[in-house]
Amino acid sequence: MDSKTLRYIIKRILMAFVTLWAVVTVTFFVMKAVPGDPFASEKAITPAAKAALEAKYGLDKPLMEQYKNYLVGAMHFDFGPSLKQRGRNVSDIILDGMQTSARIGVIALLVATSIGIVLGSTAALHRNTVFDRIIMVFTTAFVSMPSFIMGTLLLLLFSVQLHWLPANGTEPGGLILPIVTLSLYPMSYITRLTRSSMLDVLGQDYIRTAKAKGVSEKNVIWHHALKNSLIPVITYFGPELAYIVTGSLVVEQIFAVPGIGRSFVNSITGRDYTLIMGTTVVLASLIVIMNLLSDIMYKLVDPRITLE
Amino acid sequence: MTKNPLSMQFDVEDFLPATEEEKAYLVQMRPSSTFFKDGCKRLMKNKVAFVSMIVIILIALSSIFVPMFWPYSYEQQLGVQPGMPVDASFNNLAPMEYSRTEQTTISQGGKVFPHVFGTDAAGRDYFIRVVYGTRISLAVGFFASLIVLVVGMTMGSIAGFMGGRVDMAIMRLVDLIYSLPDMLMVILLAAVMRESIGDSLDGTIFQAIGPNILSLFIIFALLYWCSMARLIRGQILSLREQEYVLAAEATGAGARWIITKHLIPNCISVIIISTALQIPSAIFTESFLSFLGLGVNAPMPSLGSLASDALNGISTYPYRLAIPAIVISLIVLGLNLFGDGLRDAFDPKLNQ
Repeated sequence: MDSKTLRYIIKRILMAFVTLWAVVTVTFFVMKAVPGDPFASEKAITPAAKAALEAKYGLDKPLMEQYKNYLVGAMHFDFGPSLKQRGRNVSDIILDGMQTSARIGVIALLVATSIGIVLGSTAALHRNTVFDRIIMVFTTAFVSMPSFIMGTLLLLLFSVQLHWLPANGTEPGGLILPIVTLSLYPMSYITRLTRSSMLDVLGQDYIRTAKAKGVSEKNVIWHHALKNSLIPVITYFGPELAYIVTGSLVVEQIFAVPGIGRSFVNSITGRDYTLIMGTTVVLASLIVIMNLLSDIMYKLVDPRITLE
Repeated sequence: MTKNPLSMQFDVEDFLPATEEEKAYLVQMRPSSTFFKDGCKRLMKNKVAFVSMIVIILIALSSIFVPMFWPYSYEQQLGVQPGMPVDASFNNLAPMEYSRTEQTTISQGGKVFPHVFGTDAAGRDYFIRVVYGTRISLAVGFFASLIVLVVGMTMGSIAGFMGGRVDMAIMRLVDLIYSLPDMLMVILLAAVMRESIGDSLDGTIFQAIGPNILSLFIIFALLYWCSMARLIRGQILSLREQEYVLAAEATGAGARWIITKHLIPNCISVIIISTALQIPSAIFTESFLSFLGLGVNAPMPSLGSLASDALNGISTYPYRLAIPAIVISLIVLGLNLFGDGLRDAFDPKLNQ
């Protein structure tokens, strides 16, 4: 690794920290801008009880001190108690939901990436055949379909009409449909990405050279073409995770999966402000870190690339 | 008379005035074409883009004109008539079915306009709700893109023309907003803003669009101008360095001539294309937020909120979910394909 690459990586990490700080700051001040106090919905409470509550949640301190406390707390994964779910900490609620959500998310990520690469490179190798055409038509359709439409249509078809799979995420096998819903869009995207970059690579001079030297078709594809055509896929990891995270908000709602997405949506409708803040910060950090990793990986894999 | 090939004597015939026939060769047969005409011609040749354009135009026109002659309105609960008991037989009608009152009218020889898609749980005609939802979704997409265009163009041209520290500051801000996870921020802002705006709109011109859509517009103005600003700044910086601009300057063209004849025509296609591609993404965001309950205010429908409402009765009335789902997919797919076609037709450079 030369010093230029190292400098780029350090710069990129610093930038990620700035972004994380911005996320926490924006979330904090946006939430503080909400009119009315968080206990307004409580049944008429005495001023003394209200003062006690505010002292308990640290709301009686000056704004900048609250901000400082929140920033320090966020670094320790401590977002204080939930406003609506009595006696539970925001971080516990997030960790609880994370278990299911992470399982769905990781499987969807793996399925989407692997199937996408296989379909994309096969389509590129059999360019302009019926197979290629079918793949392109389907992926184009899937890319234009919002996740909540995809999810509800799948639910309609496989649970309501055919009764093949349960509609509820808590039943056995109930996580199959959420995973499929989440992975169809990134899978289609990766398929199209791999196909176009594979076609690009196959037209390069070094592939012709390898073929002219007598390297077998299989070796050309495996050793020369595939490796280079996968570089653009690396850059997609960040957006892919972002898609899965936001997609899980609606998918968990549709299939009643007890994950972090559903608790986030419920916290919005229930105005549980500390939970909204905590979840936003955690999910945003995940996406920022994934973006950072995929950028660094991209740079390491292909040293020719100069990112500004 | 054959001429010696080595002879230096020139042929007098070459210097005769041209005949009418010869002159005809120099006449341009094709009328001269402008960049815009060329682009349109290329666009018409692209079958996919052409078909999507027709689909989009049809959907847009019907969303504008159908409510004008449709006998039902989107918020009218057909079973609720002033001075009469509530007629529940209007609720949850299947497509083309009639309620009890309507059946009596028909049997007495009267005419009743059919409920093409049936009615919803509150007895509202579902067809007009879908049409109205389409209108709202399209309008939100269009205006959000317009806002993005205006903000992005302002920031981008300020950065491009001013250069130096201003440029630096704007571009760092762009980098920062770019790296924020947009959807999460949108949800956060949408959740908070409808609380902050709340009732303060009553009595102003914004009352009609409601706090949720207004906050959606504000979010677009805050978060989505970045790529537009980057694009326009890049265009300005690169176009200023082009040889043909230098050539125009060398031949004595003034700043005004260069801007109107060179910079704007070269920029405009890129700007129009990215605005066109912004519309489906705005529709996408609106329907997503509506689905989460952060979109338009009831009883106003949008395609996203219709789909979200239909989720409750999915096993009994699956078509109520399928219809808005199909419309939304058609719109987004059509706009995406049309935008791609526009890009291919008007900016061949981008496609290389």
